[in-house]
Amino acid sequence: MFKPLRLIRPNTKIPFAEFRLTAFTFSFLLIMGSIFSLLVYGLNFGIDFRGGILMEVRSEKNVGISEIRAELEKLKLGEVNIQRFGKDTDILIRIQRQDGAEKEQIAAIELVKETLGSAIDYRRTEFVGPTVGEELKEAGLLAVGLALLSILIYIWMRFEWQFGVGALIALTHDIVTTIGLFAILHYEFNLATVAAILTIAGYSINDTVVVYDRVRENLRKYKKLDLVSLFNMSINETLSRTTMTSLTTLLALFSIFFFGGAVLADFALAMIWGVCIGTYSSVFIAVPLLLYVNLKRGEEDESGLQAPQDEMPK
Amino acid sequence: MLQFSAFKKIVVILVCLIGIIYASPNLLRDDIPLDLPSFAPGKKVNLGLDLQGGSYLLLEVDLTVVIKEYLESITSSVRQQLRKEKIGYRGLGTTRSSVILTIRNEQEFERAKELLFAIDKANNVIMDGAGNIQITPKDESIKSRKIAALQQSIEIVRRRIDETGVREPTIQRQGESRILVQLPGVDDPERVKALLGQTAKMVFRLVDVTTSASEAMAGRTPPGSEVLRAAMAEDGEPQAYLIKKRVMLSGEHLIDAQATFQDGQPVVSFRFDTSGAKKFGKVTTNNVNRPFAIVLDNKVISAPVIREPILGGTGIISGNFTVRSANDLALLLRAGALPAPLTVLEERTVGPGLGVDSIEAGKMASVIGICLVVVFMIICYGLFGIFANIALFFNIVLIVGALSVLQATLTLPGIAGIVLTIGMAVDANVLIFERIREEVALGRTPISAIDAGYKRALTTIIDSNLTTLFAALCLYSFGSGPIKGFSVTLAIGILTSMFTAIMLTRLLIVVWLRRRKPDLIPI
Repeated sequence: MFKPLRLIRPNTKIPFAEFRLTAFTFSFLLIMGSIFSLLVYGLNFGIDFRGGILMEVRSEKNVGISEIRAELEKLKLGEVNIQRFGKDTDILIRIQRQDGAEKEQIAAIELVKETLGSAIDYRRTEFVGPTVGEELKEAGLLAVGLALLSILIYIWMRFEWQFGVGALIALTHDIVTTIGLFAILHYEFNLATVAAILTIAGYSINDTVVVYDRVRENLRKYKKLDLVSLFNMSINETLSRTTMTSLTTLLALFSIFFFGGAVLADFALAMIWGVCIGTYSSVFIAVPLLLYVNLKRGEEDESGLQAPQDEMPK
Repeated sequence: MLQFSAFKKIVVILVCLIGIIYASPNLLRDDIPLDLPSFAPGKKVNLGLDLQGGSYLLLEVDLTVVIKEYLESITSSVRQQLRKEKIGYRGLGTTRSSVILTIRNEQEFERAKELLFAIDKANNVIMDGAGNIQITPKDESIKSRKIAALQQSIEIVRRRIDETGVREPTIQRQGESRILVQLPGVDDPERVKALLGQTAKMVFRLVDVTTSASEAMAGRTPPGSEVLRAAMAEDGEPQAYLIKKRVMLSGEHLIDAQATFQDGQPVVSFRFDTSGAKKFGKVTTNNVNRPFAIVLDNKVISAPVIREPILGGTGIISGNFTVRSANDLALLLRAGALPAPLTVLEERTVGPGLGVDSIEAGKMASVIGICLVVVFMIICYGLFGIFANIALFFNIVLIVGALSVLQATLTLPGIAGIVLTIGMAVDANVLIFERIREEVALGRTPISAIDAGYKRALTTIIDSNLTTLFAALCLYSFGSGPIKGFSVTLAIGILTSMFTAIMLTRLLIVVWLRRRKPDLIPI
């Protein structure tokens, strides 16, 4: 066999924890920017949450967007958003929620279908009434909240509380900046986005846990080493794994982004961002934060993870 | 960690084999029927509506109508009882949840209360000192009525949809007042929605000929009559009718309805059951030469004059039907009336074209994603990368097998979940291999390094996977349709990847160690 490639050379010693102030400042700005853009632009809620109508249509002959827009604007349906979707022949039409109850929405769909005629292929028609939209919003918030809580409880049980605090801050950082990204880019925020956010939460915490595990192990191994050096050592030791996993996941995500079709592209993009920010926060935020949470040292461990002894397998 | 009992080996191999067996039907083509014995696994992965095309409708039954009708029926029995016993009352009416009235005469308070209580023991009857009575049905009887109405609605919805010829519809109750309808293969749900949107309560009532509809609309509606609109009047025909409120005969007695032709016009013929036929005979005998109205959902379909008594229990509804509207009406009458109106709360329809494209795109993304990861793993870990790739292959087999056995629905986000798991699945192996590298760097022998690598990485793998699993579970509980599919594949992927990474690659490595007894680990 050939010699395997090593992305991170052994004995790499990057003093990550020393960059902590730069990293904190950078992250602080990111979070402020996210909150700012959330307040100023708000989220571009999709019909899942806002209610409304979404239609994906395909026309064989190239009907221009402006023609369709002109036709639909005659219908006086309020805000109508029309854009190309994936291919040149495909068009996505979003229509704001109509005043009134569900019946009015259905009437609007029929009106649009009449106007555009039958020469067009209706690839997708979605409509969410006002009741369901509100419920989905609540359910989405609840799901994110529950996920954060259960993750926090698990970390708290497996590690000391100090790690829980660090992990929670890093996790919140990732989620807030992801939501901020959607606000800045004005991307549609829908059910798939919530799924992406929860997956990002899972991925980010996964990444943090791996590094924390190593920190905890090293805390037991090297009781005299100063924390900054110990953190640097832990991050460097796990750096190879961190990059490898991020890269394989990114490879998979990029193939969804480029080949998975227009419906999945937004989801993949959110995830790509999430993997990058999750990796960054584990290394630059989660671990250095441990410096400020009054980490206990020098006690015998009780949780069963032992310092290395050179035992030979039978 | 490097001890593998024969039992464990057998279990690992068995699990992989079972995975292959259950995943294999998915390789078969649909158009080649196979004669498999019944115990053989023949189930394929269940494709979601977003992949196979179809329509998803969330309907709500308006249960307030059911309660209102219940209260009105109590009101009418109150009226009957009190009239029969000649007890004076005033202000009889309904509120949101109860019937109210006031008894005029103080001497009759107690007797009235007893009488009203006797109507239905399941009602709470409260009276104050001034003779104000409030009759409230108990929660249980309201609840049972709601459940009955919902179940009946589901039944009627099922009958109506079956009549349209949709194959394999799913009709489920959701919550206390909702019905979830999934119609695979339907890409124009407008007809289904139109059919479900009608309550289809048909009644026969007499036309009030004492005055005209236009005069009545101007303000002089005779008591006991009301003005109803015509359902499909053409120009030159009356747009509204004055109809007596009393229902002569209701559609419950219908046992059949068919669309046919009369004088070249589409019409609907119907047939009553025996008791309906008797009533219909009586009504038509007593009202020869008077017009009567066929009323559907408070709209007049037609109001013909009765020429002669109809004793056979069959009749014909003519109106300005098209072939399609005649067919639809016949269908609605056959299927029966909904106990309460239905509202479409949510609709998601995917045409077959988009479904096929999505499957193609999903396949493409998966294949390319897998190839990239496989190549990357070999470049970075060499022989061990191949071990990890074998584990990855079985991981995918197990996911597909599990999806087939559980008959979980594979959606487009679900495919994304699989591709994502492929990327993340190698994580466990990466953790182990990196650990082995570290142990080798510390100068351990191959066996010792591999053993330590597995041992140390194990807790980390479990910790990190469990947290992702929590996120997946939260998603599932929140999920609607496609998102649920995503969380299912993600959760299954986490479990199978832990199994393949921890058990399968370890078995492969142990076997390789035993055979080769290497001096150096090629990692």
